[in-house]
Amino acid sequence: MIDFQTHPSQYKHWRLEFNTEIANLIMDVSPENGIFDGYELKLNSYDLGVDIELYDALQRIRFEHPEVRAVILKSGKENVFCAGANIRMLAGATHSHKVGFCKFTNETRNSIEQASNDSGIKFLAAITGACAGGGYELALACDHLVLIDDGSSSVSLPEVPLLAVLPGTGGLTRLTDKRKVRRDRADIFCSTEEGLRGEKAVEWRLIDETIPRSKFEDHVQAAAKELATQSDRPTESQGIALSKLSKTAFKDNEAIGFNYSTVTLRVEPKVGTATIQIIGPDTPPPDTAEEIAAQGDQFWPLRAARELDDVLLHLRTNEETIGVIVFESQGDLAQVAAYDDLMETFAENWLVREIVLNWSRVLKRIDLTSRSLVALISPGSCFCGTLAEIVFACDRSYMAEGEFEELAFPEATLQLTNSNFGRHTMSNGISRLETRFLGEPDSLTKARESINTPLDAESSESIGLVSAIFDDIDWEEEIRLFVEGRVSFSADVMTAMEANLRFAGPETMETRIFGRLTAWQNWVFQRPNAVGEAGALQRYGSGQKPQFDNGRV
Amino acid sequence: MENSQVNYDTLIPNNVGLSEDRRVLKALEKWHPGYIDWWKNMGPNGFQESQVYLRTAVGVEKNGWAQFGYVKMPEYRWGVLLAPQVENRTISFGNHKGEAAWQEVPGEYRAILRRLIVIQGDTEPASVEQQRYLGQTAPSLYDMRNLFQVNVEEGRHLWAMVYLLQKYFAADGREEANMLLQRRSGDIDKPRMLGTFNEETPDWLSFFMFTFFTDRDGKMQLESLAQSGFDPLSRTTRFMLMEEAHHMFVGETGVGRVIQRTCEAMNEAGITDPYDIDRIRALGVIDLPTLQKKANLHYSLSLDLFGSEISTNAANAYSAGIKGRYNEEKIDDDHLLHNDSYPVLKMVDGKIVTVQENALTALNMRLRDDYIADASKGVGRWNKIIQKAGVEFELVLPHTAFHREIGEFGNTFCSPEGELISEDTFQERRNDWLPSSDDGAFIQSLMHPVTAPGEYAGWIAPPRIGIDQQPGDFEYVQLDEASA
Repeated sequence: MIDFQTHPSQYKHWRLEFNTEIANLIMDVSPENGIFDGYELKLNSYDLGVDIELYDALQRIRFEHPEVRAVILKSGKENVFCAGANIRMLAGATHSHKVGFCKFTNETRNSIEQASNDSGIKFLAAITGACAGGGYELALACDHLVLIDDGSSSVSLPEVPLLAVLPGTGGLTRLTDKRKVRRDRADIFCSTEEGLRGEKAVEWRLIDETIPRSKFEDHVQAAAKELATQSDRPTESQGIALSKLSKTAFKDNEAIGFNYSTVTLRVEPKVGTATIQIIGPDTPPPDTAEEIAAQGDQFWPLRAARELDDVLLHLRTNEETIGVIVFESQGDLAQVAAYDDLMETFAENWLVREIVLNWSRVLKRIDLTSRSLVALISPGSCFCGTLAEIVFACDRSYMAEGEFEELAFPEATLQLTNSNFGRHTMSNGISRLETRFLGEPDSLTKARESINTPLDAESSESIGLVSAIFDDIDWEEEIRLFVEGRVSFSADVMTAMEANLRFAGPETMETRIFGRLTAWQNWVFQRPNAVGEAGALQRYGSGQKPQFDNGRV
Repeated sequence: MENSQVNYDTLIPNNVGLSEDRRVLKALEKWHPGYIDWWKNMGPNGFQESQVYLRTAVGVEKNGWAQFGYVKMPEYRWGVLLAPQVENRTISFGNHKGEAAWQEVPGEYRAILRRLIVIQGDTEPASVEQQRYLGQTAPSLYDMRNLFQVNVEEGRHLWAMVYLLQKYFAADGREEANMLLQRRSGDIDKPRMLGTFNEETPDWLSFFMFTFFTDRDGKMQLESLAQSGFDPLSRTTRFMLMEEAHHMFVGETGVGRVIQRTCEAMNEAGITDPYDIDRIRALGVIDLPTLQKKANLHYSLSLDLFGSEISTNAANAYSAGIKGRYNEEKIDDDHLLHNDSYPVLKMVDGKIVTVQENALTALNMRLRDDYIADASKGVGRWNKIIQKAGVEFELVLPHTAFHREIGEFGNTFCSPEGELISEDTFQERRNDWLPSSDDGAFIQSLMHPVTAPGEYAGWIAPPRIGIDQQPGDFEYVQLDEASA
């Protein structure tokens, strides 16, 4: 089982160095410590294990080091920056692992950009040695790319000529959308195995500058300092430690799962579902920013977000055959609302900002989870504000109407807060409710008017916030029928249909990465020219030439 | 054969019909002044006005291809010379086996070919740069001449690679050709591409060791490029190999003469223990244990030049028909290697073991093995000199895993005997195995120029025969006022 939790003291592939406002994030991949057997992570190539550490490092820079304003991403190896995803790992991996791996790496690279845009953490890629494929895609996520001018270091996207796959971790998209490289130049660059260096690479906007070796270190430091001036992070705040999540496994006759402090996961393989239940806060929110900081990673919104994130990553990676995820919640709606208010009151505080952004990322992770998602708003649930976003991230949402006789819980209600109106945007750049109501502006207005009021099932349905409502006579049966029906569909077509229906509205770089680029890449990943026995991925490294079927599809 | 005559009418002597190839001629003539500048700035320091008795290639047939005569180095006729074209030559290995050799670069292999040519080309001027100060401490005019011969021929090899770049790789090739003149050995901003070529060659013993060990890597690389399906590359490298033989000769006889002088001096002084280092050094000769340390150093650095034991690039180049094996055509197999294996030394669970690997990806290892066999023969000839002198000592090549930076043993510490040890132990014993700064200082202390014809520094024996059958007191270099 792959565990997404780690700690800098356990890193095998990265080093973090902190020097007040500048942090060095150093990639130094240990070849023999691949997450799976059968390949060596040579030349700073990466696999999921390497990326899990990167994800952890980014979280720690955000939460544990608010003093960091600029991060220098560099290599700990002499002649290579990063060679990208490990080819042998990709060649040996199942299709689903490849897809899942790419999704996670994409999310992590997006989070680098989010850190730059919203957290005031600027990234500089100090590129020494070969920077190829996923290595260059990682650099592309940074704000400023400095390439050493030593006559040999270069940036390249060799996937197409070398492997017959796409630079699928945002590479193609960031070239044209972020760095606005001309399409013909991007075409040349992506079909030239050895890439570009020197002034030409600058002129083509592939990098920002190229600096001779003798001046490189000094220049990188100066450029990082300059970047740091664009940051609005606090200078005198203490970070909070991110401790290991409390998580215990359980197993009974029907299910396996984990109990976290505020989340439980119950996987029922026979039914084909995983139920994630979020338990609301058991204490009222603190009054001041200082108290929030004092609670640190035990502060309920942060704790819940981290636990939920861990559950999602676990399900995606370790429970590949579970097709339906059921979201439930339990707790005091008013209490959740109070926390949401608090987050708004202290929105300017760096820690609160990070917690809100973390929720945004977790919610996006839900959007991008290729399982059928359903929210059950049952008596005693607490889908309010931020938690209600989960409901709007789901493909279906069912709400219980009225009180249920055999249950001691209060009638199910749903409540909106300001956080449902722009605080957490989807990949398309707008809120989930805005996306939901693209064709019903009135519903959006009604929803906004209902803010801070608990809505019963009937009101929720009338505004259009839920798919359907059932009373206690029908509830269990309707839910069972839905789940059984859903599980009986083809998993492939469910994934495809859901991905198409979830992201209405505007296109952004992110939607293009997760939509167009990923879809094409996943298509290529299935094709014999890439993965067939004589395909480029399989033949790579064997010295044998791949054989292509040159029929255009 | 049309190509065997060298045309000396053009600025650039050649047997490739340059006068009819206006485009390439123009490109090369444009490159030429930059090359001469480079030679004057980065070639041998001093001696540019001296008359040096050099051989110049005048043909490409095996017999009588060179002509000897005095020439000032900047006026040397660096030419573009390809071995005669073999009619109906076919590709002898890889996926294109049996197809006609290419006279033009196949589009799909353009990048990989260019990279190979650039890497090969980069080593040629690099060694000239590394050796540029050695003329000033030459142990004799004979050795000085040999140094300059090696230097001008490395210069010609650069020309050979630049011709291929200019002729077959259009604008990219021109750019690379210019870059070859811009990089400098040991320069922090524009270093030469391979690490070893950025190290200093501080003294003559290092020069001999370098030409024996490191140029021999060059020889092996040329041997495998000589197999290339890209015919112009094959022909170019085949001719380069004829010149390269002299470089091997300079290295092997250079070290051999040092050994001989040491043994003679020991015998004259009645010293039998080769480890009686202080007394031996007092004789003004280099003790055999220090020679062993120098060999350890240069050998291990040269092994690194073969790259990783398991290499996808090598496999690709082979399958593409671009770079073959040493003596490819004499090897009795299918020349495809799809199903063959090759034994490779690897680190497995902290032990050095032999593992059977896919023969295609193990090509670097194979070439390295061929190199080791080739180098061992030379070491054997050195040992004959020691034996003949009656000294009890044997030079041995250290274990493959000793003092390595690249490949399977890059992160390990190993004794010359092949015993894995801790980093601490290695550092403790380092000066027993590799030249120390004291050793270097001692060797440096012997480096005084000897410029009278027929005389030799006390640490090196005279050669058995002269260059071009010249007598012992022949004036190989006529020093001008400025450099004398």
